[in-house]
Amino acid sequence: MINMYEVSETNKMIEHENLDVRTITLGISLLDCIDSDLNELNRKIYERITKTAENLVSVGQNIEKEFGIPIVNKRISVTPIALVGGAACKTPEDFVTIAKTLDRAAETVGVNFIGGYSALVSKGMTKSDENLIRSIPQALAETERICSSVNVGSTKTGIDMDAVRLCGETVKATAEATKERDSLGCAKLVIFCNAPDDNPFMAGAFLGVTEGDAVINVGVSGPGVVKKALEKVRGKGFEELCETIKKTAFKVTRVGQLVAGEASQRLGIPFGIVDLSLAPTPAIGDSVAEILEEIGLERVGAPGTTAALALLNDQVKKGGVMASSYVGGLSGAFIPVSEDQGMIDAVHAGSLTLEKLEAMTCVCSVGLDMIAIPGKTSAATISGIIADEMAIGMVNQKTTAVRLIPVIGKDVGDMAEFGGLLGYAPIMPVNEFDCEAFISRKGRIPAPIHSFKN
Amino acid sequence: MKKCIVTVLGKDTVGIVAKVCTYLAENNINILDISQTIIQGYFNMMVITDVTTLEKDFTVVCDEMEKLGNEIGVSIRCQREEIFEKMHRL
Repeated sequence: MINMYEVSETNKMIEHENLDVRTITLGISLLDCIDSDLNELNRKIYERITKTAENLVSVGQNIEKEFGIPIVNKRISVTPIALVGGAACKTPEDFVTIAKTLDRAAETVGVNFIGGYSALVSKGMTKSDENLIRSIPQALAETERICSSVNVGSTKTGIDMDAVRLCGETVKATAEATKERDSLGCAKLVIFCNAPDDNPFMAGAFLGVTEGDAVINVGVSGPGVVKKALEKVRGKGFEELCETIKKTAFKVTRVGQLVAGEASQRLGIPFGIVDLSLAPTPAIGDSVAEILEEIGLERVGAPGTTAALALLNDQVKKGGVMASSYVGGLSGAFIPVSEDQGMIDAVHAGSLTLEKLEAMTCVCSVGLDMIAIPGKTSAATISGIIADEMAIGMVNQKTTAVRLIPVIGKDVGDMAEFGGLLGYAPIMPVNEFDCEAFISRKGRIPAPIHSFKN
Repeated sequence: MKKCIVTVLGKDTVGIVAKVCTYLAENNINILDISQTIIQGYFNMMVITDVTTLEKDFTVVCDEMEKLGNEIGVSIRCQREEIFEKMHRL
């Protein structure tokens, strides 16, 4: 039988170390809503989402209460809208009507974000894909809850550089369209390489076409728990360090698995995956940067950071995999700047640069995430940064992503405020040498040689 | 059997066990095991209970126990056993 020590350990994690389930994300397929009539399409989408997700929030709240574990977000991901809207939407403005429908449906069921305003264009863009991408700035400016993503490359297909160029322009235009709110729209726009179909985390969540009608995916968290556990092994060898991370990740993930199973059963919707990611928040003691510092760095960004992150990421996976029946999504450590107090402090201290963050993305689960850059940065430079990050994902057969916020009207030394879980960020300097001639080349970068495994 | 773990933490005072147990009895919740200690004047109790025959909604019990805790001046948490079982047992 459970003993007092174990009960108090769990409750200490919840009360003092920010253990929570970061998100229950309900994936809803909209493929059978497809209609050539735009009004009819919007009606079907609204009905499908509000019907399928009607109990999502209340079920989440009940699980929270019964198990005493906070579930921070309840969210929805849908089929990439470029596919759903293709038959009805002939212009970017047509797509914006779908964005507004999604926003309204999300509000009705009480979720704070809905992901899937997306296009998958890793090898080429259809007219529909292009219209959706061109609609993103307006869609994000005129809605509250929409999250958007574009997959522009994969190990199997290479990188669609025409899409990379368009996405650079789109990021810039989104920043302009939301400049009154520190270009907040860009915090809800992710450019991916090798995007997973089952990612529960925003802003990059969408329900891939390989998925069923509806699915429950859960994202766990727990940087604070790992940090606390590591405080007990200061000065010890790598073996002990790694074992501690693994054991902690196992415990954290078990909670995610429990919540996922309960949510799936109560909603009558199949369980998909648990995403093992260590997801930080701006709250004190909920930081991935602090874990890296606990491992032995004076500040994140110091020499040794990439190695420490590689170790952390790998041990989290090793511990988490056995704790869940199905693991998927991004699964690893997130290193967003604005959402992690330790990262913000490291930027302030001059320890963490964009280039070091890029190196770190080679060994962790996501990419250049929630990084505020000067508003004057050109679209071509943003495309160049995107292309670099996509190349890392393509060659290393992993997911990489870019969520950059060129904050219009602000420059290095200023601060951007996004609010809530999105946090705040100091504007980071960007290499200002030009890459226009590279970015304006047409076509795509071929798939790497090691993708030919057949 | 559906089990629930009640944990009580706070400054020691007269009647904590009595009040918690009275509430459990009134709601047809059977006690399977109790462990209790006082560490530096702080009351620390864990009660393993059987809620199979509970008539109320379990979330209501969670709320009422929290309220009871506020009245006594201690923190009372009421959680389904699975969260501990999953985390600490293979």
